[in-house]
Amino acid sequence: MTARAGARRWALRLAPVAAVAVGIAVLALALLVAGYDPGLALGALWRGAFGSTDAVLSALLPRAIPLITIGLGIGLAFRAGALNIGAEGQFYAGAVAATWIGLLLGGWPRLVAVPVVLAAALAAGLAWASLPILLRLRFGVLEVISTLLLNFVAEALVSWMVQGPLQESRHVYPQSDPLPLAARLPALPGTRLHLGLALALGAAVLLWVFFRYSLPGFQFRATGSNPVAARVMGGVNTRRVFALALGASGGFAGLAGGFEVSGTSFALFQSLSPGYGFTAIAVALLARLDPLATVASGLLFAALEAGSSAMQREAQVPAVVVWVAEAVIIIAVLLSDTWRRRRAHAVVEA
Amino acid sequence: MPPALELRGIHKTFGSVTALAGVDFTLEAGEVHALLGENGAGKTTLMRIAFGLLRPEAGRIVIEGEQAALRDPGDARRLGLGMVHQHFTSIPAFTVAENVMLAGGWRCSLAEAVARTRRLGESSGFAVDPAPRVGDLSAGVKQRLEVLKALAADARILLLDEPTSVLSPPDGEELLRQLRQLKARGVSSVLITHKLREALAIADRVTVLRHGRVAFSGPVAGQTAESLATHMLGEPAVPVTIRQPVPADARGEVVVRLEAVTVSRLDAGGSGLTDATLRLGAGELVGLAAVEGNGQRELFRVIAGLAVPMRGAVHAQGPVSFIPEDRTAEALLEEFSLTENLVLSQRGTAPWVRGPWVRWGEAGARTTELIAAFGVRAPGAGATAGSLSGGNQQRMLIAGALERRPRVLLAENPTRGLDLKAAAEVMRRLSDAARDGVGVLVHLPDLDELLGLVDRVIVLYGGRVLEVAPGTGREEIGRLMLEGRRP
Repeated sequence: MTARAGARRWALRLAPVAAVAVGIAVLALALLVAGYDPGLALGALWRGAFGSTDAVLSALLPRAIPLITIGLGIGLAFRAGALNIGAEGQFYAGAVAATWIGLLLGGWPRLVAVPVVLAAALAAGLAWASLPILLRLRFGVLEVISTLLLNFVAEALVSWMVQGPLQESRHVYPQSDPLPLAARLPALPGTRLHLGLALALGAAVLLWVFFRYSLPGFQFRATGSNPVAARVMGGVNTRRVFALALGASGGFAGLAGGFEVSGTSFALFQSLSPGYGFTAIAVALLARLDPLATVASGLLFAALEAGSSAMQREAQVPAVVVWVAEAVIIIAVLLSDTWRRRRAHAVVEA
Repeated sequence: MPPALELRGIHKTFGSVTALAGVDFTLEAGEVHALLGENGAGKTTLMRIAFGLLRPEAGRIVIEGEQAALRDPGDARRLGLGMVHQHFTSIPAFTVAENVMLAGGWRCSLAEAVARTRRLGESSGFAVDPAPRVGDLSAGVKQRLEVLKALAADARILLLDEPTSVLSPPDGEELLRQLRQLKARGVSSVLITHKLREALAIADRVTVLRHGRVAFSGPVAGQTAESLATHMLGEPAVPVTIRQPVPADARGEVVVRLEAVTVSRLDAGGSGLTDATLRLGAGELVGLAAVEGNGQRELFRVIAGLAVPMRGAVHAQGPVSFIPEDRTAEALLEEFSLTENLVLSQRGTAPWVRGPWVRWGEAGARTTELIAAFGVRAPGAGATAGSLSGGNQQRMLIAGALERRPRVLLAENPTRGLDLKAAAEVMRRLSDAARDGVGVLVHLPDLDELLGLVDRVIVLYGGRVLEVAPGTGREEIGRLMLEGRRP
């Protein structure tokens, strides 16, 4: 019995790895069918992500930072049963706030300006998530819908900002002025890798400890698993858990927007995010909502995206084909979950 | 006339567990046949096979003299079978007529469906008003609708899986009476149950399953509750009810006091609670007798602090432990371990919670001790709650409830879905708790079980508390449950 349970646990851990293998295999197959050389294309993909120190430090890791940061927040929300589909919008809210505040802090010492910028980004993401919280708790509007729709509002907000209040001084391009040096995150010299990575990794460890060892973390998980039982048996205030989880999730996404503006782009413009808020949902799901696994899965998705541009350059394969791999990975993970549930169900029926 | 349904040599295994080992079962045309057995004896599995929901590894299914190969329930329906499941299968947002139309596969206008539903209801004795939405109906009416739906699909053989388990005693009796009347229409029925009284009251014949084999099959005439219980348990039956009267001087201080408490209803069809005044003493075991939807849900939850009174005052000495009726929906984290479920039930006051931290090692060790102390059959503290049988889940919940050293224990239908042995054990735990000085308030839908267990009974009718004088008879209490106090 224990041997079988142990085997099952291992199968559970390996399922995401198998899903990734299946995703890459399907990608290779798709390339073959479309008439490309899979070896050449996948080789370029690998080199684009891991081929050189520069690829790792300036292409892979900077892309991983927003994916991991947002993915941690989404994992937090999903585990507590709050389905936040609005990370993209919360990311933009954070980016707008970081830009706005950052542009005002030109003369400030960096040690003060950077934390203020990041705090503003976090607060903006939280604020952007607070409307869905209110709608859900007060009027029963499902957060899946409200957070999703607010993404479009946020994109429109950015579009207006970069042609209005935050447009660069000459009023020519639809983007903001560059952030003053004081408001920029410290970076590894000669690379695009900034301090956001360390903060994201720290957050991952803290979240892992929170869920594994703290009573509130357990109450979050219990609420996500069965909110009625959490309330009836555990006396958990599940409405508060919902609000905290969704709010914190928005905060993480907003913080990622702050990282992006003050660490990578140094300015606000439209399509600042290549869909980080949506890809991060995949990141969190592949990690089975586990904070430490989110780091690994964020790196994987960043590698796919970083490698895809190299693939386009070297093998003339359109970068979007990596979406095939991403989609297959997620479908495979979800299928393995369904499969596991069905098996668990069969055991109960016996 | 050939038998309505014959099952021959049915074998079924789930993994390494043998659910059915060569079961023969015959339903004669026009009879009501009770299928008895403890939980896990294989009753539901056998009927799911007959209905095409499961496939046996070996065995034959013969329907009205013809050998049948059932690939799915659709095949079974075409051959005249209908199944009424333990849980309601109607669509709450649809009206009664729409649900019947859907189940019967009728191709007609909605107006015609309403008329046909009404006609079918009147001719079969299962009349249900076609107009209301199903979500607004009471449990008793919903269950009648389930039968009506099967009849709408022209079922001649009805398989009913514990149809009275979600009903109050009067509603259940009413349903069974109507079931017998269906015989006049040539409908044969199988009634899955573990209530001996039901089988004795309405069945023509009875088959008893034990551990996946037929322990008895024959006419009901000549059987008694004792003889059937012996067939089910395979040993001298444990008494169904245990009574340990508490001496009056053991009753101490008042641990629950409600003063004119009014609570709005928690779900459609319920009555809420109106001006409820009651007292529960330490060491007292009080039974709550009520037909479903008369305010017991609200009463339990307002004492447990889960519902807010609109008026009145609620005083309850903590800790208050509450065992809700629906284990899987309201009490358990099915995907979580037993340890995690225990930690949840202790609400952060346990010795293994230090500040904001949970010491999982200590919690796990305590869970292991409780598993042994309460005789829970589980592979270990790490097993998921969902993998346990209903009886073992309930043992774990009671262990958790008592672990809090409660002053008040609220048990809402705590024997629901349990077999006789597990139910008797639950009742013994409750009366032990009362003897140890806990104020226990318990609701059981079965009035006889309730009366056998408790020191004192209160009746809830239409959301109002009716005190019952000591020595009041069963009939009088039953009348109060149904009609309230005469003016």
